[in-house]
Amino acid sequence: MAGSNPNAKPMNLTLKVWRQKNRNTQGGIVDYQVKDISPDMSFLEMLDVLNEDLLRKGEEPVAFDHDCREGICGSCNLFINGRAHGPEPGTTTCQLHMRKFNDGDTITIEPWRANAFPVNKDLSVDRSAFDRIIQAGGYISVNTGGTPDANEIPIPKEIADRAFEAATCIACGACVASCKNASAMLFVSAKVSQLALLPQGHVERKSRVENMVAQMDKEGFGACTNIGSCAAECPVGISLENIAILNREFLSAKATSNNLA
Amino acid sequence: MSWITKTFSSSIGRKIVMAVTGLFLCTFLVVHLVGNLQLFNADNGAAFNAYSEFMGHNPLIRTMEIVLVLGFGFHIYDGLVLAAKNRAARGNQRYVVDHIEQNSSWHSRSMALLGSIVLFFLIVHLYNFFGSLRFTDVPRDANGNEDAYALVISAFKNPFYVVLYVIGQVALLYHLLHGFSSAFQTLGLTHRKYTPAIKYIGYGFSIIVCAAFAAMPIYFYFFK
Amino acid sequence: MFPDSKIPEGPLAEKWDKHKFNVKLVNPANKRKYDVIVVGTGLAGASAAASLAELGYNVKAFTYHDSPRRAHSIAAQGGINAAKNYQNDGDSVYRLFYDTIKGGDYRAREANVYRLAQVSVNIIDQCVAQGVPFAREYGGLLANRSFGGAQVSRTFYARGQTGQQLLLGAYSALSRQVAYGKVKLYTRTEMLDVVIVDGQARGIITRNLITGEIEQHAGHAVVLATGGYGNVFYLSTNAKYSNATAAWRAHKKGAYFANPCFTQIHPTCIPVSGDYQSKLTLMSESLRNDGRVWVPKEKATAERLRKGEIRVNDIKEEDRDYFLERKYPAFGNLVPRDVASRNAKMMCDEGRGVGSSGLAVFLDFADAIKRNGADWVSQKYGNLFDMYAKITGENPYEQPMRIYPAVHYTMGGLWVDYNLQTTVPGLYATGECNFSDHGANRLGASALMQGLADGYFVIPYTIGDYLAQTPPKPVTTEHPAFKEAEAEVRARVQKLMSINGTRTPDDFHKALGHIMWEYCGMARTAEGLQHAKAEIQKLRREFWSDLKLVGTEAEMNQALEKAGRVADFLELGELMVDDAYHRNESCGGHFREEYQTPEGEALRDDENFTYVAAWEYTGDNQVSALHKEDLRFENVKLTQRSYK
Repeated sequence: MAGSNPNAKPMNLTLKVWRQKNRNTQGGIVDYQVKDISPDMSFLEMLDVLNEDLLRKGEEPVAFDHDCREGICGSCNLFINGRAHGPEPGTTTCQLHMRKFNDGDTITIEPWRANAFPVNKDLSVDRSAFDRIIQAGGYISVNTGGTPDANEIPIPKEIADRAFEAATCIACGACVASCKNASAMLFVSAKVSQLALLPQGHVERKSRVENMVAQMDKEGFGACTNIGSCAAECPVGISLENIAILNREFLSAKATSNNLA
Repeated sequence: MSWITKTFSSSIGRKIVMAVTGLFLCTFLVVHLVGNLQLFNADNGAAFNAYSEFMGHNPLIRTMEIVLVLGFGFHIYDGLVLAAKNRAARGNQRYVVDHIEQNSSWHSRSMALLGSIVLFFLIVHLYNFFGSLRFTDVPRDANGNEDAYALVISAFKNPFYVVLYVIGQVALLYHLLHGFSSAFQTLGLTHRKYTPAIKYIGYGFSIIVCAAFAAMPIYFYFFK
Repeated sequence: MFPDSKIPEGPLAEKWDKHKFNVKLVNPANKRKYDVIVVGTGLAGASAAASLAELGYNVKAFTYHDSPRRAHSIAAQGGINAAKNYQNDGDSVYRLFYDTIKGGDYRAREANVYRLAQVSVNIIDQCVAQGVPFAREYGGLLANRSFGGAQVSRTFYARGQTGQQLLLGAYSALSRQVAYGKVKLYTRTEMLDVVIVDGQARGIITRNLITGEIEQHAGHAVVLATGGYGNVFYLSTNAKYSNATAAWRAHKKGAYFANPCFTQIHPTCIPVSGDYQSKLTLMSESLRNDGRVWVPKEKATAERLRKGEIRVNDIKEEDRDYFLERKYPAFGNLVPRDVASRNAKMMCDEGRGVGSSGLAVFLDFADAIKRNGADWVSQKYGNLFDMYAKITGENPYEQPMRIYPAVHYTMGGLWVDYNLQTTVPGLYATGECNFSDHGANRLGASALMQGLADGYFVIPYTIGDYLAQTPPKPVTTEHPAFKEAEAEVRARVQKLMSINGTRTPDDFHKALGHIMWEYCGMARTAEGLQHAKAEIQKLRREFWSDLKLVGTEAEMNQALEKAGRVADFLELGELMVDDAYHRNESCGGHFREEYQTPEGEALRDDENFTYVAAWEYTGDNQVSALHKEDLRFENVKLTQRSYK
């Protein structure tokens, strides 16, 4: 299959890595060499090799976020050679494997860049803006207990499937990172359309979209210009259709809600 | 702020203004094009001048002119505000290596630039024709209508204008190639059945309208 | 004397209802006077924090992630069990209870497991109300799939991402309470110690992972929902950050640690490909619904395959050994995890393993594709197939997957009573962090069930019983115990920073993992365990004299974070070995080679080991004290587990 080459030789690579001490200092690119990288390694395992090497030499390892390393937690977030999560479509950084690169390659690694995502250190950024957007309304207000039997609300399979697809967003921020406007519309729209599609979400439908969009703007994300970079780079394939649903929800909420504020 | 101003100064609200005014300006393009097709009539401009006279004095058209100016005004103003905000949202530190061309088309990313070119063209265009017709005394043709046709002939004798007009139309073409279908997306008018059709209609619309407009200076430069 | 497990009297089916009536309640107006600290925001933590805040308590929720939504619950794939009997196939609360007790090889408490089965049905209702998009049938009702260790279809799922959807449901409930101001959320904050005031848990000490600041937090009660300790093995299906520090710190402050040797090895993981490997990737057990597990019949064939002389698709049907179907005709490929894992190991030990290392067996979908088409398979398992292809570079639609068991879950954990309270009053443990419900082996799709049961439906009742007996006076960090605990934490961090040796935290972690996997993994022997104990002690000494860190503690320092966690693993690892050594029987995930039936199945010793082993910390480098909680089976008859 494409890209797979069991006999591929170990690779030597030049890494150009963004180093930045903390939020308040200027950063810059630093060059590193890594040797004997197996094509079967994941990209993060390659960085592990670099970091072990740096630590042994008494230099500070490169800080980067990661956790599950199976493409679902949304922690990893590297801008690799000018692309969010690197060159492979539909793939998080942790699932990107070195067999996609060649011996002698130079790889530039940068953090997500957006005003709303300040850098913590090196390649780690602060994505708490996403949490605050969800806190503004990305939920259905039900308390624990007292809910009706799960099968009392039949939901057409097609609707449930579409809601599920929107709900698979991992909040990695690749949409913001790759959008030239640093817009968070794909992220916001995924949650808004999941809950707008499901009958359970209809009760708070208007206030939800109004509040989430207001918070999104407050966080300093840009506006959507429908260029499609976000969906193209989204590792889990969240569709642009969600943004249209968000727009529709927003327009109809603004036109009909009783909210005068 | 009232809910209305709040709505239309939010990021999506501004986009909705862009979309509505953009689609409105598309209808203007159609009207303008249909009228201007008279230029190709082999009557030395008699029909075109009559049409031009009508457009200049009909009260309904004069009222719509104000709406049109507002349409342009909001489209340009919100476009500039959005462009500035969007630029700021990225922050001061840009990517050292950015291959955005691998995930999106150039023209979709260049709407502000394309719009600015179109705006420059529009100013020159207004100066060439609208300004002369509205604010100066223009000789009249055999039917007693202002001889706009003569203005066209004289303007397009100048190769500078011809080139500028063609560039203006190319910019408009790319602006519309993205803008037309993008407006539907912004208004939430998408559907699995119809969205592909909207896309192709958008392409067709952009190409036909811009090609027809661009044909005019070329036609006059070479054949008149 | 062993602490009271507080199991209510009365018939099994009435225990929980009776208990709910008997526990003390906190007056609604008084709830706002109590602060509850919840550490961890996975399924168990987020659901607890949200539910407690809804009741009116002030909650402080802590996570070392940048967002509560990143907890490793998110990676659970297959599904969540519930005794809904929507499929009309004979399921019931009692059957789920029975399957779980049997699956756990009769080493779990009857009362806890029955309660789990009872509230399982409420969990599904709760999640659907939150907007969790479970899979549905065309008629709009919920769909189910079957899972290992059960003969009914009771598993609810959201394609291969059930954990994600459930966690996002709990996260949304938590976010709502954050917006209401009832939960104060501390992200990128790691708990490094628990503070005990007059014998009761009254707070925690944390480190801010961005600034390095050490902080004190006070509360009337502390809930630990900090997950399992599978990363003791270095390579596991756990996330890289998953660690035992919170639980281990609590243990060192007096909470007993129960059954630490009960670790689950999951049969369907992607095999190790090299030394650089940082973690193992699980593929949902649900794959065994349609995939068939096999190895070549002949050792010679396997050898030729390993050398690349033949290809897998060259092996004829009659030369394949579908060993699970052959040995367990009733359950076939759907035997419980421990049985499937052990059999895979047996095949590889016989020299019939595949892959370049010989440490893998095949999981084959050729029949399913032939029967239902590739599209059908893709609908059901598409994301898993894609993941497999990304990691291995092989196409599982064209050739069978290679799988091998990997450490996945830890049934052991902090000992808790029926109220989920540890041996330290005011200190609770929920989810994988406690030991309570899975005995010696957990059934598939039961971890999500337990995490949410604890958080949504158990702790909100039981914590009230404790708080009602605690005066509603404000708690502060003024007590000297806070200062002492903070000083201990600081000293420990500084000690780590100042060793200035030559080896990295990962280096030590890998070495520990190697020892644990080799001697305390899928098969254990008394001799091997003794050897491991000595090795771990040696490694621990080396760690404290040869660790290398750079930078400072007053900034983001991921190597320092790692070092602290490895230091705790080095102590916990030894306790696991002690526990495995003392338990002279085989049960569930604990397989001692000395104790097996002639067919190689686990041989329990019910007469001597029907108890929970709860270990008490007695001091650094001291032998821990063993306490035994006898397990009484009043409803289920102990039998040799049979899946034939």
